[in-house]
Amino acid sequence: MRLSNKSATLLVLAALIALTPIFFPSSFYYRVGSLIFINGLAVTGMVILIGYAGQISLGHAGFAGIGAYSCALMPVHWGIPVLLAAVLGAIISALLAFLVGRPILRLKGYYLGVATLGFGILVYMALTNEAWLTGGPDGTQVPDSGLRDAAKAIGINLKNSEFWYWFCGVVLMIGAWLALNLYVSPTGRALRALHGSEIAARTVGVDVARYKLQAFVISAVYASAAGSLVALQNQFVTPDIAGYMHSIEWVTMTVLGGAGSVLGAIFGAGILTLLPQVLTMFAEYEQLLLGLIMMLVMIFMRDGLLPSVLRLIRGKDE
Amino acid sequence: MSELLQFLFSGLTVGAVYALVALGFTIIYNASDVVNFAQGEFVMLGGMMTVFAYAAGLPLPLAALIAIVATAGVGVALNKLAIEPARGAPVVSLIIITIGASIFLRGVAQVLFGKQIHRFPSFSGDTPFRIGGATILPQSLWVIAGGLTVFVALYLFFTKTLTGKAVLATSNNRLAAQLVGINTNWVMTLSFALSAAIGALAGVLITPITNTSYDVGIALALKGFAAAMLGGMGNPKGALVGGLLLGVLEALTAGYLSSQYKDAAAFVIILLVLFIMPQGLFGIKQTERV
Repeated sequence: MRLSNKSATLLVLAALIALTPIFFPSSFYYRVGSLIFINGLAVTGMVILIGYAGQISLGHAGFAGIGAYSCALMPVHWGIPVLLAAVLGAIISALLAFLVGRPILRLKGYYLGVATLGFGILVYMALTNEAWLTGGPDGTQVPDSGLRDAAKAIGINLKNSEFWYWFCGVVLMIGAWLALNLYVSPTGRALRALHGSEIAARTVGVDVARYKLQAFVISAVYASAAGSLVALQNQFVTPDIAGYMHSIEWVTMTVLGGAGSVLGAIFGAGILTLLPQVLTMFAEYEQLLLGLIMMLVMIFMRDGLLPSVLRLIRGKDE
Repeated sequence: MSELLQFLFSGLTVGAVYALVALGFTIIYNASDVVNFAQGEFVMLGGMMTVFAYAAGLPLPLAALIAIVATAGVGVALNKLAIEPARGAPVVSLIIITIGASIFLRGVAQVLFGKQIHRFPSFSGDTPFRIGGATILPQSLWVIAGGLTVFVALYLFFTKTLTGKAVLATSNNRLAAQLVGINTNWVMTLSFALSAAIGALAGVLITPITNTSYDVGIALALKGFAAAMLGGMGNPKGALVGGLLLGVLEALTAGYLSSQYKDAAAFVIILLVLFIMPQGLFGIKQTERV
């Protein structure tokens, strides 16, 4: 029996999430793991935008900033429960993406890149400068979400880092499942069609502007959810979460791993989250090596890591 | 009035640097369709190498020349070792390569030059000129003059020389250029060398005013990119106007509205311009062939 691409991806992902902790020598690794899952969630959204629809964004960390700060500010100012705040943050991100996306998505290629970059920088600046609301560049506290206590109440008693490992892992699974479903849905087909050629897609009746906007809004919700997860886990946020380096990092993870597939992008997120941790032992050579590895991967595996590795394993018959 | 003049002076100084970075983007973009995000690192390398050559006892002009030539060499190496081997890869992969190159160069600079802030003296002293109640540093005049000179030189190069026309032909249609006997590989090498040298020159000119450190490149690359897009990608005139406009806008926002939001104002204007003119101020509307 041959598994569909979707079930295969989900199985591999579930196995990786469930089995890797066997090899964890200390609880620190759970923390790195949850970081990978959070980045993985964000790049799954980027796959929908970059891989499915063929659009670029250098400003998605802005939505992560909105997701994160919703969790921090809404409970304090309006007494909204933290988890509801995360949902509201996602809704605000979606609305904002809808409003901003309409004019921005008329732009193409690098012009779209610079417009989204500008959007991200505006969000970052607002979070940094409106200190009366956001606490400024030093960041602000996020109230406890109570999730871990809720888990305890039903008999799941885990250390903090372990709890967030499993929680982020489950959220990533849900995100990946939704993205894979989208791929084979009519919307996904329309997105792939306009990726191939906007004009061809239009001639067969695809509403190009509408579908681009949908992809943009969906990926914004993913980024917002990733931002909320960071806030919930750390119980602290700084404006850096919305910084442009963060946006560029996500695009890099997506392309490096293989923008066309969810698993590839998550793989890229894993590599680029792990690398800095590993490279810290090279101290001042860390950046030098990181840049070198990025260049080498892209030169020798131009479709991204995972697709290239898979081709190597399967031989050249594809 | 004198206040406005003062803001204009500082805006034009910064703007000239943005324009130089944007010109560097334009040259490489025209030759290869790639936005080279390592462009800002060329500026950093130009300033840094001058600092160390000067500290080693060389006269400042010689130190600057060595820095510019060496940076041009780095540009050529980037093309030969990273861009050419990846020929035919999707543009987005090439961009990730240049982002990798930018991180790599920053890492090398951090190891070689350390994390401190460096500077060298101004070319012609620090006594400001007074014009209409505002002051301007002699070094600012160097920067603005440098920007304009490079623009004029590039204009002459592209319109009056055979080599320049070969570069334009390559950017128009690589295959057609090859068919009429243009060595397009050589054009690529030349473009990277030229672009890196212009970046390094910007670094040499601005370092006496702003100082330099291993990490000044990222912000400059982003601003230069924004300036190039504002003017219209691939158009040298657009790069010059976009750069100067961005610098002046920032200075005016910082002066009259809020210094914290000066970067924001620049991007708000860029967004507005792109909404009305999706190809930038001087960009040519491209039609997609089906």
